[in-house]
Amino acid sequence: METYLLILVSTVFVNNIVLVKILGLCPFMGVSKKLEPAIGMGLATTFVLTLASGASYLINEYLLGSELFYLRTLSFIVVIAAVVQFTEMFLHKMFPLLYQVLGIYLPLITTNCAVLGIPLLNVQARHDFVESLFFGLGGALGFSMILIVFAAMRERLEGADVPAPFRGTAIAMVTAGFMSLAFMGFSGLVK
Amino acid sequence: MINALVVMGGLSLFLGLVLGFAAVRFKVEASPLVDKIDAILPQTQCGQCGYPGCRPYAEAIARGEADINQCPPGGEEGVRKLAELLGVEPKPLNAAHGVAKPKSVAVIDEKLCIGCTLCIQACPVDAIVGAAKQMHTVIASECTGCELCVPACPVDCIRMVPVQEDITTWKWKYPVIPLKAA
Repeated sequence: METYLLILVSTVFVNNIVLVKILGLCPFMGVSKKLEPAIGMGLATTFVLTLASGASYLINEYLLGSELFYLRTLSFIVVIAAVVQFTEMFLHKMFPLLYQVLGIYLPLITTNCAVLGIPLLNVQARHDFVESLFFGLGGALGFSMILIVFAAMRERLEGADVPAPFRGTAIAMVTAGFMSLAFMGFSGLVK
Repeated sequence: MINALVVMGGLSLFLGLVLGFAAVRFKVEASPLVDKIDAILPQTQCGQCGYPGCRPYAEAIARGEADINQCPPGGEEGVRKLAELLGVEPKPLNAAHGVAKPKSVAVIDEKLCIGCTLCIQACPVDAIVGAAKQMHTVIASECTGCELCVPACPVDCIRMVPVQEDITTWKWKYPVIPLKAA
């Protein structure tokens, strides 16, 4: 139990996927202009990332083994794309309300490099199945948290008196840099 | 080499089968047009379009009876969205149905209110509370700004007050180019 808790803390704060590992920057900048889409994107990513880390662990362990390791990236991409597609269809049928919230963000996740990055990091760290799931969940929670916090900040920045040359993306980049600096303060807390 | 081909081919085939099966199993009927139109309309239920509410107007648009430019509370943005949904050219608001105004809420001057309940009956969204011979008041968060209660009041104690922009009501602005009649 302690291991799993440590994995969660480590992925959410210490090795945050966006601010420390610098993965998934495209949705971080692109979907953080408003709070509601950011929450939707965070939820959708959490869902897919957890499933994808489990699925790619199974593929890596039972299908590829040590022999076909060079197929890892390729097969992970295929699996992630399939998981996203399946999730979309399943949600559309079973939970139409949730589908309306997540709707357009689901296909976007296919191209989120954090979703490919986490399964690959899983393999590197030699996690077992449950550890992989927790690593995926933690990474996704960290991603969602940063996305939501950042979106809230950007909404408020919009009303602030920002010097003209810094308005828009520039001030967002500066803010992201400061957030990243702040998260560096967690380094060394857990492995 | 053969191994890799078999594994990749098998994996793709398997996932393809799963997705194909899911596409049949989880097939969703296309949602009806009326719902989509109704979602764009502002739900003020003001009746300025000539229909008794937003839903009937949405049904009329879907049947092709009403034009898309009859909704002043939706403003040009609403017309634009409807035009995009229906695949037609956007056009300016029809002035016969009123002009777009800033979003406002009704406020009852409580010193003047005689408690006649006429405005309660006029309100399409039940945003006015009060009882006979008692002072009435408007629930600001429920009020859609439809102005239907203003003519109903016999002592003219209801005013429309524009909503001030603050951190809770602020919305992201769209770059808007005004529509012109073709």
